[in-house]
Amino acid sequence: MAGKDLEKGSEAEGFEHDFESGLAVLPPDKIKDPGLEPHRVRMTDKSPAKAKNAERQVAALFLASVVGSFFALWAYVAFPITEDLATVRANNLFLGLGMTLSLLGIGIGAVHWAKTLMPDFEVTEARHQTRGSEEVRAKAVEIVKLADSESGFSRRKLIRRTLYGALALFPLPALIVFGDLGPQVGNSLRQTMWKAGTRLTKDPTGVPIKASDVTLGSVFHVIPEGLSEMHEHKLEEKAKAAVLLVRLNQESLNEAEDRKGWSYDGIVAYSKICTHVGCPVALYEQHTHHLLCPCHQSTFDVTEHCRVVFGPASRPLPQLPIAVDAEGYLIAQSDFLEPVGPSFWER
Amino acid sequence: MSTVVTEKKQGGALAATANYLDERVGIGGILKSFGRKVFPDHWSFMLGEVALYSFVILLISGTFLTFFYQPSMTEVFYDGSYVPLKGTQMSIAYASSLDISFEIRGGMLMRQAHHWSALLFVAAAGLHMLRVFFTGAFRKPREINWLVGFMLFVLGMAAGFTGYSLPDDLLSGNGLRIIDGMIKGIPVIGTSISSGLFGGEFPGTEIVARLYGLHILLVPALILIFIAIHLFMVVIHKHTHYSGPGRTDENVVGYPLMPVYVAKAGGFFFIVFGVVMLISATFTVNPIWNYGPYDPSPVSAGTQPDWYIGWLDGALRLAPSHLDIAFLGHTYPMGVLIPLVGSLVFLALVAAYPFIEAWVTADKREHHVLDRPRNAPTRTGIGAAGVTFYGVLWAAASTDLIATFFKMSLNHVLTVMQIMLIVGPFAAYVITKRTCLSLQRKDREIVLHGRETGRIVRLPHGEYIEVHEPLDKFEMYKLVDFKDYRPTVVRPNKKGKITVGSRVRAALSRLYFEDRIAPVTQSELTEAQSHDHSPAIATSNQEQLTK
Repeated sequence: MAGKDLEKGSEAEGFEHDFESGLAVLPPDKIKDPGLEPHRVRMTDKSPAKAKNAERQVAALFLASVVGSFFALWAYVAFPITEDLATVRANNLFLGLGMTLSLLGIGIGAVHWAKTLMPDFEVTEARHQTRGSEEVRAKAVEIVKLADSESGFSRRKLIRRTLYGALALFPLPALIVFGDLGPQVGNSLRQTMWKAGTRLTKDPTGVPIKASDVTLGSVFHVIPEGLSEMHEHKLEEKAKAAVLLVRLNQESLNEAEDRKGWSYDGIVAYSKICTHVGCPVALYEQHTHHLLCPCHQSTFDVTEHCRVVFGPASRPLPQLPIAVDAEGYLIAQSDFLEPVGPSFWER
Repeated sequence: MSTVVTEKKQGGALAATANYLDERVGIGGILKSFGRKVFPDHWSFMLGEVALYSFVILLISGTFLTFFYQPSMTEVFYDGSYVPLKGTQMSIAYASSLDISFEIRGGMLMRQAHHWSALLFVAAAGLHMLRVFFTGAFRKPREINWLVGFMLFVLGMAAGFTGYSLPDDLLSGNGLRIIDGMIKGIPVIGTSISSGLFGGEFPGTEIVARLYGLHILLVPALILIFIAIHLFMVVIHKHTHYSGPGRTDENVVGYPLMPVYVAKAGGFFFIVFGVVMLISATFTVNPIWNYGPYDPSPVSAGTQPDWYIGWLDGALRLAPSHLDIAFLGHTYPMGVLIPLVGSLVFLALVAAYPFIEAWVTADKREHHVLDRPRNAPTRTGIGAAGVTFYGVLWAAASTDLIATFFKMSLNHVLTVMQIMLIVGPFAAYVITKRTCLSLQRKDREIVLHGRETGRIVRLPHGEYIEVHEPLDKFEMYKLVDFKDYRPTVVRPNKKGKITVGSRVRAALSRLYFEDRIAPVTQSELTEAQSHDHSPAIATSNQEQLTK
């Protein structure tokens, strides 16, 4: 048996260069290649009537394409878009169908033509090894050497090394000009709009929420007072400050000692921004008191300070300490005491 | 070819044009060398064509869209014809996307054609990659072209994602939010990259215009360059062909470019375009008007990315929780880092595979005859494992929909997916490899003893036999023409040392080739035929050979 690591490939006889065949087994008595299969004659080759028929079919398909093109032109004019939204559908459908016919007619016609009427004899063409012949390679080496000696690239070390240095450094200015793509991160990821005394208002109207409006089991989507009137950076602030407000039975809340004062009469407020990758945790399941993020299904238990009970998130949702002002409106005691949203390096 | 004339002929306008072009760009020489170039024919070779043609459709429909789309995040109050959103505050980008859909004739059609052909582009490129993988078309001399194709696949995903975010609707904004969350999780540079990308805090007012620049200039330019290299190398190497009679590593068997391939491939472009148009005319894709403008607070349940991003989203979902590490005052969010690193490793393995297999076989010959997948059982098994891994991640992007649709617990669906992600690839490997080996055994059986016909014949002396119909020589050759390897053993190198590399290579070669079915040799065939004792076979054999 053949198959030594360095065996020369016998299969490459037709090629100038023999490559190692590696682990290949080269059987001494491979079954002989019988050569190309005999050509199968098509009906259109045998019968002129069939060929004529195929010719008509191809022409019919091309004509169908012509009809399609005209239909599309007509549809563009005949189905204008008006205030009525249904006209968009008609325009889309008939313009599209016309173009479909116009394109498929050409495509199917051309392929049908090739398959029925053009010769279907398989042709064999020789391949050449990708590797150049010894002569060509020698010539190439000669050229490189000549270029080297003419330029003195190998000989003149000083030029070569300073060139390397220059080439290594020239991209740096090109990179530094991207420096102003964004500002320094600074403290912005740790701060939100919430301050002591900021009223909790409804998203998106900005109407303040009275503690008495928050009935047992209800859930409010909350933004800080003033956000709905902002013009600049509204979405950036909202992306950090969005809050979910829920009222539970005081008994079902398992509050930690140091956070007892953060809720008001069973009303708790938590950041709505998922600590996984930042989707809004918008789904509240009333009977389990679970908050669910619809993006990756991280689930947080509101009764346990929004501890993660399921899914890829790692940290609980930050809690917003709340209180009630003199008029009975819910207000924040302070900003969040930890950064909201996804984890990041500096936090 | 009568159109090629190198000197003035009496022919009409065509000849005159050909002459004009030849004297200026040498078109005669080009046609002489390319006009009858041979291309092998097989349906699986059309997958790459589909990808190429969908890219052309993307360029055409995308150019149309740039005439109407405005990449600005300046807020306006919508005053278009889509009544439910009238008066809503939204970005100009979203408003202009709505206008393309509802104000411009053919705008909806072009938007849908663009989106559908983008989905098709990545799908066709992915299937083309699988075809190349499972048939071993990546072997020498095509390893570099595999890398080029791999880059095209990755760029396809990048083009898709950057385009997906441009309408600035709620769904795409949430997609960006997820990207931002992932980027922020990268150690050391994460927050700076996020700030640079969004021009400050998320979402900012820059990102849409920046993605637009990438989407319509940088990414398509790179794709074009890589397509040019990809096709240039196809010309250099000439296309592979499947094993069969008359097909060797030294020739290429197929139909000539002119006229057959020009008609078939040209026609096929129109067919792909036509099918995309048919789908765009009849099926809605990405109804952005249903989602509303981007707002960081609301989100719709059952959010789904475009299919080609699904595997990355699934990876995010399957990551185990509670693994975040706080170390030396810094956070390592494993819920983001595991999926990120895991998917990069997966991609790296895909890119590196041709080099790994080449190292194991040490086969330095050129391979132009494709393998049938069964004839490379280990490679096919590895491919099946990779497909399973990708497939589980992809399915995991729909855990919530699966749970809702099949009325199952979301938690159970997720846990099952997590187990499948680990176990599935191993199971797929073993099952696929064993199936391949069985199929090879069946091939051997058929070559040596012919096909079972189900005809039971009673011979004059009372013996019952089943008639086996032998193969004709062409069919037989298809079943025996494949390359066979066997494992190597650990050997000391010239210095007498056994290196770690040689141990690994020997172990891998055992994994690949320990179980192998060798192709039938002539002596085995002669031996088997001499055992034939049934006259029925002998006669049918005769018939076959005289045919």
